[in-house]
Amino acid sequence: MKILEVKNVTKRFGGLLAVNRVTFDLEEGEILGLIGPNGAGKTTLFNCINGVYSPTEGQIVFQGKDITGLPTYRSAHLGLSRTHQIVRPLNELTVLENAMVGACYGRENMNLSDARETAMAMLEFVGMADKAELLAGTLNVAQKKRLEMARALSARPYLLLLDEVLAGLNTAEVTSMLDTIRKIREQGVTIIMIEHIMHAVMNLSDRIIVLNYGSLIAEGSPEEVSQNPEVIEAYLGDPELAERLLEEEKA
Amino acid sequence: MKRLFKPGLLIPIAIIVALAIWPLFSGNSASAREAMFTLIMSMALASSLNIILGYTGYVSFGHIVFFGIGGYAGFWVITHLGWHILPAALLGGLVAAIIAWLLGLAVLRLRGAYFALATIGILEAMKALVINLDFLGGPVGLEMHFSEYKRYGGPMESLWMVYWSMAFLAILVIVVSYFIKTSKFGLGLMAIREDEDAAEVMGVITPRAKTWAYVLSAVFPGIIGVLFFFKNGNIEPGDAFRLHFSIEWIVMLMLGGAGTVLGPVLGGGIYQWLRKTLLTSPIFKDYQLVVAGVMLLIIVLFVPTGIIGWVRTRSAKLRRIFE
Repeated sequence: MKILEVKNVTKRFGGLLAVNRVTFDLEEGEILGLIGPNGAGKTTLFNCINGVYSPTEGQIVFQGKDITGLPTYRSAHLGLSRTHQIVRPLNELTVLENAMVGACYGRENMNLSDARETAMAMLEFVGMADKAELLAGTLNVAQKKRLEMARALSARPYLLLLDEVLAGLNTAEVTSMLDTIRKIREQGVTIIMIEHIMHAVMNLSDRIIVLNYGSLIAEGSPEEVSQNPEVIEAYLGDPELAERLLEEEKA
Repeated sequence: MKRLFKPGLLIPIAIIVALAIWPLFSGNSASAREAMFTLIMSMALASSLNIILGYTGYVSFGHIVFFGIGGYAGFWVITHLGWHILPAALLGGLVAAIIAWLLGLAVLRLRGAYFALATIGILEAMKALVINLDFLGGPVGLEMHFSEYKRYGGPMESLWMVYWSMAFLAILVIVVSYFIKTSKFGLGLMAIREDEDAAEVMGVITPRAKTWAYVLSAVFPGIIGVLFFFKNGNIEPGDAFRLHFSIEWIVMLMLGGAGTVLGPVLGGGIYQWLRKTLLTSPIFKDYQLVVAGVMLLIIVLFVPTGIIGWVRTRSAKLRRIFE
């Protein structure tokens, strides 16, 4: 069953075309990797999907319901959660309270005591239960990323948008975060992840889409995408041009 | 019900009850009553402001506008329609709430310094409007005939009735403040305070939550305005819409700790005590507001969380005692 359909979505900021007629579908239970060079429009696409921005053109259908241009809190109520590339902890609240906000105002609209239970379970799940009573502002970056994750999961989402949850983590932290993401999928949550760490995204994703200058330039399994010449070009530049330049230099 | 017997609620209520009954045991009960009235009123006003400033993070600089609006509405129905003070006070609160709701639709879209400036603008605009409204007495304001007090058994009885109403109202404000703080609604407000965009992504319906917070923070100043001006016997634009009075509430709140239930009670108490001491000292009596300004500066620079906020950061145990 399709959980998300993105149809011809375009987002323009004045003269800048940030997302250009992007179309893709997402099956329930899938992990979709969203990659592309810096500034390709990945986060903007996320912002269009969960309603932070209203797309200039196009349509976003979530579980058969058109959610184009709905305010972002409405998509949260429908079961769409996300984490932020630049972490946004609620600094003066405790870690537990942070996660409780997610539970209280998320899909299940829980009361405080249910929210406390769910939030605690999710903190445990991401390995932050011992930090529950700390103020969120006192955490380090890796912990804040986990908190973002716990907060998003506390909302009990159907679809989770992960925006570079691995960035800035060390190798050990990346490995344990990958484990966590796999476990989330096992619980039946569909995931779209933006990621720059290639081995991670290649390992984890069932399917990958590639954005460059706002346009979708490739779609397919990790193997297909990694061998697609257009993708290689987007990341490394034109391979033939590089070869020619090298030869010219020799000559 | 379990939520009622928490130190976070009982401590501030105990403080207010103790202050309120003080005049009964004091030798000069009339002067003690006047002093306590000012004190308790400050605590209630700072606590009301706390709902929008402390919990939601929107610095309402001209919050006294609701005190003035409520005061005028209540005063007018008392003097022109012959209403009893208590329904008039409730009407004052209702009018303030409605105006807050309407203004909120416009100004709550602004954030940070822009919101703060807009609230000052609203205050000055409202003052200018009232000065030009003849039925509210223009720049002179409205006066109440002394005989009005007869209805309540004489001036002395009226003053005591207003005093007890004020004390009851202050307790009510504390209860409301506490229940907001410990509720799901309050959690949403605090999420807005910390990061409004993140709160919205998590599903907090921010426009609705902010509007409710603004309305709730306006109701009580509206009611208190009616009590205050009824006690005064007259109302005029200069008193009803005095910006520096509004800034004093902010000082009290910041001093005690914005975003806590006990903070404004403590801050209001300390500030008024300090003010009284300064006003009666020969050296400082003309510089009372200078001291307030310097104090605000020191708080913002060194203890931005205020006294209770600072205490709460010490340990999780203290957080359970002081809400």
